[in-house]
Amino acid sequence: MHELSITEHLLEDCLREAQKQNASRIRVIRLCIGELRGIVPDCIQIYLDMLAEGTIAEGARIESETLPVKVRCLDCGQDGEIIPHHLECPHCGSLRLKLLSGKEFYIKSLEVDINGDQSTSSSNGLE
Amino acid sequence: MEIKVLHQVMDWNEDVSEEVKGTLAGHRICMINVMGSPGAGKTTMITSLIEQLRGTFRVGVIEGDIAGQVDAERIASLGVPAVQLNTDGACHIEAMSIQHILPELPLEDLDVIFVENIGNLVCPAEFRIGESLRITILSIPEGDDKVEKYPLMFTDTDCLVLNKYDMLPYFDFDEERVLANYGTVNPGAPLFRISSRTGDGVEELAGFISEQIRNAQS
Repeated sequence: MHELSITEHLLEDCLREAQKQNASRIRVIRLCIGELRGIVPDCIQIYLDMLAEGTIAEGARIESETLPVKVRCLDCGQDGEIIPHHLECPHCGSLRLKLLSGKEFYIKSLEVDINGDQSTSSSNGLE
Repeated sequence: MEIKVLHQVMDWNEDVSEEVKGTLAGHRICMINVMGSPGAGKTTMITSLIEQLRGTFRVGVIEGDIAGQVDAERIASLGVPAVQLNTDGACHIEAMSIQHILPELPLEDLDVIFVENIGNLVCPAEFRIGESLRITILSIPEGDDKVEKYPLMFTDTDCLVLNKYDMLPYFDFDEERVLANYGTVNPGAPLFRISSRTGDGVEELAGFISEQIRNAQS
């Protein structure tokens, strides 16, 4: 349930970015989430549906890309992808690993409608 | 159309965390974020550390809890400044909550503040709160699969404490598995084996913490 406060701030960030681009509507929010993080995209969607009501992000869809956990084995030297629930080298089975990635959490991009008519861009949902 | 953003989602909390860190550095205070499951022994470990440290350092405590005053009263009964931070149902403490509650402690008269986070292995790990040291506590009865199940809690910490270590003979707890997994997600980070009940290992942990407090003072 920590997704609630995260989603509040995520929405603010997205509205700010959309305003910079003079967007009239946010359709899709694309997130990248490392598999080691305890962030549930479905929860973010539920909170967003609630929080975005009345803003230009109302109805926006969360698309989340899961970034795998990558490790380097300290015994066989090879790199590989593993699942967090099974922390061993996929090549030699060693438990001595170095973590390369898997903790990411960022907004990758937004899919927006751009309103060409500047006179109506005041209704950007940030008031 | 698509707009590229590449914005770190957690920056809002990280920014406040840095401000808190700045405030504490101004007072030369070391803040320690204690995280672990409900029942892992966070409060008891803090009380036994207070006994070890209070001769040398001035200690304060922020007790995080979803509701209630029980833990803060337990700490206050030891005669150290303690404030209760109720999150009203939220599963973690954020940097902003610490920023709001810090003025309630006598910052001029403290060297170290322990923050007891909400009992939970998931959410607290996502939020920095301006601490200079993070301690994750795992007790033997919880089981040896926790590092694999909740990796972030063990990745983003500065040390792991195995509590209730005197219980080891009574549980099927594969310590080697925990050590190997911890070594993978957090290479080189220290580990302490303690029993707050018998006092075993607490002195060594207190020694490590004393070093961190002195670092914050220098």
